[in-house]
Amino acid sequence: MAKADMLGESLWDAYSNKVTTLMNNPQHQGEIFEADAESRGNKLIVADFGAESCGDAVRLYWEIDPATDKIIDSKFKSFGCGTAIASSDVMTELCIGKTVQEAVKITNIDVEMALRDDPETPAVPPQKMHCSVMAYDVIKKAAGLYLGVDAESFEEEIIVCECARVSLNTLKEVIKLNDLKTVEEITDYTKAGGFCKSCIKPGGHEAMDYYLVDILADTRKEMDEEKMKAAADAQAMGGGKFEEMTLVQQIKAVDAIIDENVRQFLIMDGGDMEIIDIKKADPYIDIYIRYLGACSGCASSATGTLYAIESTLKEKLSDKIRVLPI
Amino acid sequence: MQVYLDNNATTMCDPKVVEAMLPFFSEQYGNPNSLHKFGSSTHPALMNAINQTYKAINASDNDDIVFTSCATESNNWVLQSVWIDHVLNGDKNHIVTTEVEHPSILSTCKFLEEQGVKVTYLPVNEEGVVEAHTVKSFITDKTALVSVMWASNETGMINPIKEIGEICKEKGVLFHTDGVQAVGKIPVDLQDVHVDFLSFSAHKFHGPKGIGGLYIKDSQELSPLMHGGEQMGGRRSGTLNVPYIIGMGKALELATENIEETMAKIRAKRDRLEDALLELSDTFTVGNRDNRTPNTILISIKGVEGEGMLWDLNNGEIGASTGSACASEDLEANTVMLAIGADNELAHTGIRLSLSRFTTDAEVDYVISHFKNAVARLRGISSSFAKQAPTKGGEVQECELHHHH
Repeated sequence: MAKADMLGESLWDAYSNKVTTLMNNPQHQGEIFEADAESRGNKLIVADFGAESCGDAVRLYWEIDPATDKIIDSKFKSFGCGTAIASSDVMTELCIGKTVQEAVKITNIDVEMALRDDPETPAVPPQKMHCSVMAYDVIKKAAGLYLGVDAESFEEEIIVCECARVSLNTLKEVIKLNDLKTVEEITDYTKAGGFCKSCIKPGGHEAMDYYLVDILADTRKEMDEEKMKAAADAQAMGGGKFEEMTLVQQIKAVDAIIDENVRQFLIMDGGDMEIIDIKKADPYIDIYIRYLGACSGCASSATGTLYAIESTLKEKLSDKIRVLPI
Repeated sequence: MQVYLDNNATTMCDPKVVEAMLPFFSEQYGNPNSLHKFGSSTHPALMNAINQTYKAINASDNDDIVFTSCATESNNWVLQSVWIDHVLNGDKNHIVTTEVEHPSILSTCKFLEEQGVKVTYLPVNEEGVVEAHTVKSFITDKTALVSVMWASNETGMINPIKEIGEICKEKGVLFHTDGVQAVGKIPVDLQDVHVDFLSFSAHKFHGPKGIGGLYIKDSQELSPLMHGGEQMGGRRSGTLNVPYIIGMGKALELATENIEETMAKIRAKRDRLEDALLELSDTFTVGNRDNRTPNTILISIKGVEGEGMLWDLNNGEIGASTGSACASEDLEANTVMLAIGADNELAHTGIRLSLSRFTTDAEVDYVISHFKNAVARLRGISSSFAKQAPTKGGEVQECELHHHH
């Protein structure tokens, strides 16, 4: 928050002049009829995307020359706000003259860029970016209908943030490489979640298949597992650092040392011990133990035996260890 | 021609109100709590404004009406103080309210839920009205407060406040009503209707922005939100906003004198506008006219998205409002629209037109004409209104709007 945020800006003030102009006077609005297309020897494709109940819907008409797969003419109908109408109009224009295979490469980013007055200033406010996404989806649908394939086959990757077109793989990679811990950091690094915000968590304007909060949690979990595995591997190789182990790994390591070096002597005297807990107490690592059997009443359990256990653990695992009998 | 039909959001300050306020900015500017004449000279005008306010809602002399900065403050005050008095320092932990309240109630309730208060959000019927028997069935012996708005800002629908008040009285539960859309628009008689607390705000009835009030029955207990001096009997500290209090008193007087006659005039214009707009095919309005504030229309226009319609109306210099998610900052569809709308359609196609006593017949004629042109243009673009069916593959995407409780 800052002075500039004290008084919210009107959504419409953040529209580019192109958006405003096309909203008032779209150039490619209308329909193409099958009979007309046929009379010219062309094929008509009509694709719908969205629904009124979602707040946005678009119908795209393509007249295609079957000999060249070229889109000869294109028109649209759109139920939606100013951004949706302007995006549909520009999307339609971008399609004309391209082959179907070329048109399918048009993205919502291309549509939004084409709506800018200057290359540096977004054409619409962040929360309106989703309105340009439909343009991308309906093109895929139309191409799928023409080519007789599933529209999703044009999607090579799973896109999580439709507005910024950031894929699942990219997000996972960026989280791991940069050790990202919050959704805000993800947005800073990738722009994902920075626009309509539907992909951040459930409950946004549009339901999504993937959400940043889940991807972050899952990836962090994967990272932790990888770290633990690495620690366990290092321990098995004898190179693991006690301080960096998880609690479970620490307990296992302490148990292993006790089993190997201490327990046999205690048992010989009719006693034993168990590990109760391990706690960080900077700069120490405190290991709480309980003596069992004969050890629990033995006078040296607080002196000689304790010293033997502690010094063994210090030597084998870490100088920072303190052993505290309960 | 410029036409303002967003009077449920805010209203023009009546020139007579401005005139009443003016001397108290630069002539009689003393602090009314001062002992000297500069301050005490404001007392007669303040007393007059207090009398005007009591009279406008027929409050008794035993009741308190405290001046606040707005109804949002009044609503916060009631809810947060009930929490302090009855949840933190008492044995009750439950508040009953509705899904369609103003954000100043809903957001405060969400905040109180985080503090451990249990809140029931009652649904409305297809008319957008909260039914009294529904309120009754959710009151328990742990209920501290029922808060139900008198009339809806979105639909204008009037809730059965008298019946709900009786139920609360019978059950021994405090009753608060957000009267923002009722005071100055319909008769509000607190000798006829039982309420413990009533919030109102001057800018909804041609008074200035930044001043409101809270009616508190028979000096009912309520911890103050604003601690400080002894202003308003210690109930709400801070130097009195003299010009605005005087402005609100005047605005209330103007709004409530001959209210039945004024209502009838506004209603006649509203009904004429509504009838004309309903001549358009595939349109519907929400709620029975007889049970609506006389200035409000919420109309759904098939195939025309709310923000698109606002855009076209704005191009014609007409100010209206929509609950369409696309026109809001957070893209969340309006909760009121969702609570009453069939198939989410209303949430995306609803346009609210709210008139005032300053709306003229010529303005209504202009709006009818411009509105019809806008609908024709936007339906010409509309895919959901397109006549030709897609040749193939035209299945419609499934979509669910999330409705938060």
